[in-house]
Amino acid sequence: MEYMLVLFSDPKPLMTMKPAEMEQMAGAYYAFTQALQKEKAFLDSRRLKTAADATTVTQNGGKSKVVNGPYIETKEELAGYYLIDVPDLDAALKWAARCPTAGHGHVEVRPIWPMPG
Amino acid sequence: MVARRSYGKLVAFLASRTRDVAAAEDALAEAFASALAHWPERGVPDNPEAWLFAAARRKAIDAHRAIKRGENASAHLTLMAEELAAVSTGEIPDERLKLLFACAHPAIDQEMRAPLMLQTVLGFDAAAIASAFLVSPAAMSQRLVRAKSRIQGSGIPFRVPEREDLAERLPFVLDAIYAAYAEGWSDPMGTDASAREMAGEAIWLGRLAAMLLPDEAEALGLLALMLHSHARRAARRDASGAFVPLSEQDAGLWDGAMMSEAESLLRRAAAMNAIGRFQLEAAVQSAHAMRALRGEADWPAIVTLYDALWTMTGSPVIAINRAVAIAETQGAEAGLAALDALDPKSLTQYQPYWSARAHLLAKTGAVDGARIAYDQAIGLEIDPAVRRFLQRKKARLAH
Repeated sequence: MEYMLVLFSDPKPLMTMKPAEMEQMAGAYYAFTQALQKEKAFLDSRRLKTAADATTVTQNGGKSKVVNGPYIETKEELAGYYLIDVPDLDAALKWAARCPTAGHGHVEVRPIWPMPG
Repeated sequence: MVARRSYGKLVAFLASRTRDVAAAEDALAEAFASALAHWPERGVPDNPEAWLFAAARRKAIDAHRAIKRGENASAHLTLMAEELAAVSTGEIPDERLKLLFACAHPAIDQEMRAPLMLQTVLGFDAAAIASAFLVSPAAMSQRLVRAKSRIQGSGIPFRVPEREDLAERLPFVLDAIYAAYAEGWSDPMGTDASAREMAGEAIWLGRLAAMLLPDEAEALGLLALMLHSHARRAARRDASGAFVPLSEQDAGLWDGAMMSEAESLLRRAAAMNAIGRFQLEAAVQSAHAMRALRGEADWPAIVTLYDALWTMTGSPVIAINRAVAIAETQGAEAGLAALDALDPKSLTQYQPYWSARAHLLAKTGAVDGARIAYDQAIGLEIDPAVRRFLQRKKARLAH
């Protein structure tokens, strides 16, 4: 089954992080990605810029409404994702627990909607 | 009786590959319907389980053909046809333990784990489960549908966890079985036959878990606990239906066979050297059961066991029982002191706290305090039989 590990974290601490800490964190994510690839569970992953750079659009009666910022303002914001392919939820939960984000934010595990064919 | 005992086995096996519990139940319901139509005239087949399985599998294949086309569907159909061929000759594999672990998966809402087991493993309908769990049948039915769709939708596995995960996952299964039992007998009216039946069936679930996991001490401990408690069911109400607390029960009415089965389970569990909450709670009940043999419960043992449980769980329920036990060994003042040491914030809405307090205050002669505490307890109690019992206690206080 395919799952998305949806990563939520508070971007504030990142802004004041020292270069050494930053490097350490990048290393942790790199190692996690490597482990997923080694187990052939990795499909895709991206990190997002902070929600401060988000723009939200709605269409109503043919008119676009554009708003500065994310759809929902939260302390911990959508920060990125891992797309993985594993046998079942237990396997997905194990990977989620190993994801560095689980240590400082939250990881939501969502099954991917299966496409026919 | 093939129905109740085979139901879970058939649902578990039918759903084990597809994880589609609702479809398995629908197919099985149709299989039971055709059994009702065919068996009376043609006689019961030699292997009723295999017959039911084959009929249900055929229904599932038909249903699958009707909705799905394409490569995936045909791979699925091949798989089901292979299973059908494998079973038509032999026994149905017992996949119920996998089903229990799926029902009690941490990704299933905690309150729905016991209802889900009662429905999928034992075949109880939503209305019977709803009445035991004090929710409306419509709400229970909706929640059961949602929980089942979650098993498939979120990818909850049909698998007994590996050794390293078993210790983490087994408590969920045992807790759910215990919840099914507790809901079954806390039956507020004392008259609801389906709730009483449910307690018996939860014990059957406990037997199933103990049989399928014979080396898990806590599975045996849970069964022992339920048996000790169930052994007292006839003594819990008097002839007029009034509530009788444990300390005033006629030990002669306790079920000796059930108690001795519980004792031998506890001994087997103790030999495994893996102590846990259910074994300790069962041991408390065992110490109470001593009254049937020696005329008195083993209170010092009860205090020691509650000490261990209190350290292990930090549960306020345990703390209250511990205080009452301390009162038995060291006097009511000591029991009250143990109650006073608890954080009152978490307890002020909790009936057993006030009735324990009232009971101990009355023993020390603090009648006014006891009266107030009884009033609090009476106001919080939802079971009318227990409420009447508390009112009688209050009325008997000296003026």
